[in-house]
Amino acid sequence: MMHRLDYAEAGLISGLEVHQQLLTKHKLFCRCPAGLYTETHDGEVLRHMRPTLSELGVYDGTALMEFKTRKEIVYLLNRANVCTYEMDDTPPFLVNPEAIDIAMELCLMMNMDLIDEVHIARKQYLDGSIPTGFQRTAIVGVNGWMPFRDRRLTVTHVSIEEDSCREVSDKGHRIIWRTDRLGMPLTETVTGPDLRSPEEVREAILLCGLVARSTGRVRIGLGASRQDVNVSVRGGSRVEIKGVPKAGYAVKLVHGEAVRQVNLLRFREELHRRGWRGAEDIRLQVSDVSDICAEADLGFLRRALQAGGRVCAVKVEGAAGLAQMPTQPDTTFLDELAGRIRVIACLDEAPIVLSLAQLPEFPQKHRIAERLRKRVRLGEQDDAFLVFGPEEDCRTAAEEIRLRFADATQGVPQETRQALAGGYTTFERILPGPDRMYPDTDSPPTKITEARMAEARARMRPAPWARLERYRSWRVPEETGHYLIRRGGAEILDAVVERTGVDGLVAAIEIGQRARALKRAGLPIQRLGVEAWVQVFDLFTDGLLPRECLGTVAARMAADGLDAAEAARAEGIALVPRERWSAELQALTMEGYLGERVDTPEKRLRFLAGKAMAQLKGRAPAAEVARYLKDRLEATR
Amino acid sequence: MSTVPLQERTDRFQGYRGAAREALDRFQIGVWSEVELENDQGSRFTGVILPRSETCDDLHVVVKLFTGYNVGIRSDRIVSARETGYRKAVYKIPEKEFPRDPKKKNVTLLGTGGTIASRLDYRTGAVIPAFTPGELYGAVPELADIANLNTKKLFGVFSENMGPEQYKALAIAIGEEIEQGCDGIVVGHGTDTMSHTGAILSFMVQNSPVPIVLVGSQRSSDRPSSDAALNLMNAVRTAAECDIAEVMLCMFGPTSDNYDLLHRGTRCRKMHSSYRSTFRTIGATPLAMVSRHPWEDGSHFQYISDEFLRRDRSRKPVITPVFEEKVTIQYYYPNFNPDIIDALSGCGYRGMIIAGTGLGHVNKPLYPALKRAIQKGMTVAMSVQTLWGYAQMYVYDTGRDLLDLGIIPLDNMLPETAYMKLGWVLGQTDDPARIRAMMTTPINHEITPREPHNGYLILQGGLPEVDAFVQKHWK
Repeated sequence: MMHRLDYAEAGLISGLEVHQQLLTKHKLFCRCPAGLYTETHDGEVLRHMRPTLSELGVYDGTALMEFKTRKEIVYLLNRANVCTYEMDDTPPFLVNPEAIDIAMELCLMMNMDLIDEVHIARKQYLDGSIPTGFQRTAIVGVNGWMPFRDRRLTVTHVSIEEDSCREVSDKGHRIIWRTDRLGMPLTETVTGPDLRSPEEVREAILLCGLVARSTGRVRIGLGASRQDVNVSVRGGSRVEIKGVPKAGYAVKLVHGEAVRQVNLLRFREELHRRGWRGAEDIRLQVSDVSDICAEADLGFLRRALQAGGRVCAVKVEGAAGLAQMPTQPDTTFLDELAGRIRVIACLDEAPIVLSLAQLPEFPQKHRIAERLRKRVRLGEQDDAFLVFGPEEDCRTAAEEIRLRFADATQGVPQETRQALAGGYTTFERILPGPDRMYPDTDSPPTKITEARMAEARARMRPAPWARLERYRSWRVPEETGHYLIRRGGAEILDAVVERTGVDGLVAAIEIGQRARALKRAGLPIQRLGVEAWVQVFDLFTDGLLPRECLGTVAARMAADGLDAAEAARAEGIALVPRERWSAELQALTMEGYLGERVDTPEKRLRFLAGKAMAQLKGRAPAAEVARYLKDRLEATR
Repeated sequence: MSTVPLQERTDRFQGYRGAAREALDRFQIGVWSEVELENDQGSRFTGVILPRSETCDDLHVVVKLFTGYNVGIRSDRIVSARETGYRKAVYKIPEKEFPRDPKKKNVTLLGTGGTIASRLDYRTGAVIPAFTPGELYGAVPELADIANLNTKKLFGVFSENMGPEQYKALAIAIGEEIEQGCDGIVVGHGTDTMSHTGAILSFMVQNSPVPIVLVGSQRSSDRPSSDAALNLMNAVRTAAECDIAEVMLCMFGPTSDNYDLLHRGTRCRKMHSSYRSTFRTIGATPLAMVSRHPWEDGSHFQYISDEFLRRDRSRKPVITPVFEEKVTIQYYYPNFNPDIIDALSGCGYRGMIIAGTGLGHVNKPLYPALKRAIQKGMTVAMSVQTLWGYAQMYVYDTGRDLLDLGIIPLDNMLPETAYMKLGWVLGQTDDPARIRAMMTTPINHEITPREPHNGYLILQGGLPEVDAFVQKHWK
């Protein structure tokens, strides 16, 4: 199986859709609190979805596919975080201006052109993830870019949209959703198809995260930002990998999808070689083989039959060996069939579908396989697929097998695939097109006035690349710079440097690295805001606090809620004149020095300095003490 | 792709005025033009020019991008625009001929408007009703499993534009359909005034041999989560199979896609501005529940009441399509000014329903004005703004004073029902004794002699027992 791939040769193209929750008080279209998650509910609602026409008079393919699933959709409600808007019993209130403002700042940071009049649209989702059956969304900015490597990563558009429900379970024809997250404001940043390797995708995701964090007005933490990655290879199709949770995961997923598409193109060649050009060439017969399979000692078949279901064999003429052809690394075409059957026919009991050529081991396997072959009249060139479950679902499954083979004759179907653990993806839905968009008749358009734009510009914080550039000039390590921007410390750092005139590198190390250590130690570092650090660095620049004690003082401030002077006093830190501390150090001897295997002046100096600093405890600057000791050692030599 | 010359497109500037219209003119484009458009920041937009809502300003051009999003572009920022094609949207539900099955009952669907089927109106940006039989079948094919459906579009108006003209036409149309032998009638109706129509039809069409079912939707049918399809299926099933031959409203019971309630036309009210389960029977219980899937007993109906007129094809309906328009309804409040009554009387109003406080009261300063109005020939009748309960005007002095003035107490008749009835009665007579007799003699439960103990159910959320109930029975 092919695992390695030359991405340039394969013509890999990738772009991102980055979803970022915004730090607003309320949700996007109602007055419910945003960011309040609950694991319990005090109400349930049952709904179904039907596809509707787009304004251009067309049904969206995804919507029709999702309608085929005939799902019962259950929403769990909690009074704490949902109102009648989320359950689709109250029309939207006017769009939350705070969210628009944040989106505008994000757009401006990415050099975008703001839309003059923002129109809210409905994007249909019939999977139930949103009770209305559509997501309210609007483009806020277009035509932007970010500096990326030695070029520009284009940003096609940024839209604002409401977040969807969280899935609780999806079993058979019943899917359950929790509504707490529903309606929270998100931005979606869509980049151009400018990325050429999995590694570039990873970097671009990190960059998008850095930009969002730079606004200081986005949510952080698990699920606060999620990305979809669009991937295609030359001759393939755009496939959206949905729900990539972390930048690092993208590498394997993008690689896997590229491999899958290259393999599917080979698969198409094989189908063409066999004379399959389209749906009409696929000949398929469905037989009920429940009676034979009742004798097979396989748990999943037994359960399906006991529940009143059937086992059907779907014979596909001339399909021998096809299901075993590779797709993603370590998977085969059978998984492509299984994905479609699981989602659309709602047959979700593993292994979902079996190829007759590849039955698992069980007693009497050969005899039963023989009877199955006979029943369906399986020829040398044929293969048959076993599906099991409710009869109607088995029929849907047979149809999906036909459709998936038909798609394969055309190449790579456009679809949305769910990212799974381990770097694999599985079918989620057919990729929706523009026909699922519909204007939101409940919401008036919002004008973005020049005054509002000027306000956003004034509020805007520096872009990450501008900040990193400045930090580089201070010789701040790259990783520390990134950390500061991601975690909000950059805002403090810039203010502290500006107000105290302290050396940027010193401040960056303390605020970036030291604060991180304090946080790991469990100290409430949120107490260390701009004012606290200004106090610390004021003492430092006034010569009242040695550099090596900055962290000790900060830790004490965080732990006890003291100001810097109080904390320094509490730690017994106060610089004394050189005469005083040098006099104290007169009595310092080499007593206790055990000697080292190779005795050197450096080692002796280190020993003495350790003793000295322990004795002086923040009353003298370490650098000067070291110089004093060095002079003394050299003098005694 | 059509290539209609620009000059021949009648809707080229649909909704556009001022600067935006000039921009369309300048760049030789128009509504439904496929364009490549560039603004002063070099941003390029490719998509279709959409009509402009008339309530929006005259500065922006709306483009539906090929990605499906809509954006408004300030017309003075457009530096270039080029028409690359022309694509007029035809919003049309696939129309299919309704299949007929001689074994199934025949139901007639009369269309008045409302959002049972609807499409987008670019002029206002709102949803407007659409209605043809084929469209309905195209949108809700399940209907064919229930009955044979004939449809007639009487008018296409929003619910708030329904009025005496439409009521009369509707009553006559219903009479004709009954005459022609259909097994039941469904009336598609906007929800805002559906209960008003339910009330007036209860008076105009009496003794119906078959069910007359009003139905609408609270979420328009252009949404995937709409209640329209389920309401329609249940209404058609009711018209075809239900045993209750009365004017009823068929709308969601709970907000879940679960079952509809059949409410009596005279006893029903819209109680929430947007909830799916907005209609509630007041002062009584609903007549029945109707479900798309049969209940355990195999029936699609669960009857809650047994006091109703039963289906009987041999019964002859009585159609009385009359209405006096000079009738008003006044909602009493503290500081209600007597001038209002004098003014109404001066304008020649012949009837007034008061929605009084408590057991049916208004304050004393109103008495002289009421007396003058009644002496001038106005019929004044009292209902209660509490909605639940009776006007019992003999309990307090205030009430007795009002009775002495000649005000007719209407017991537990709902204010809107009372309004409809008074208009209908005054359309037939101006004899005060006959008016009083007709108003106080119930025709179809608009006054009930007894209120069942479980009729008053405003489920008060937040109480443990109510929340437990709601959780158990869906919302």
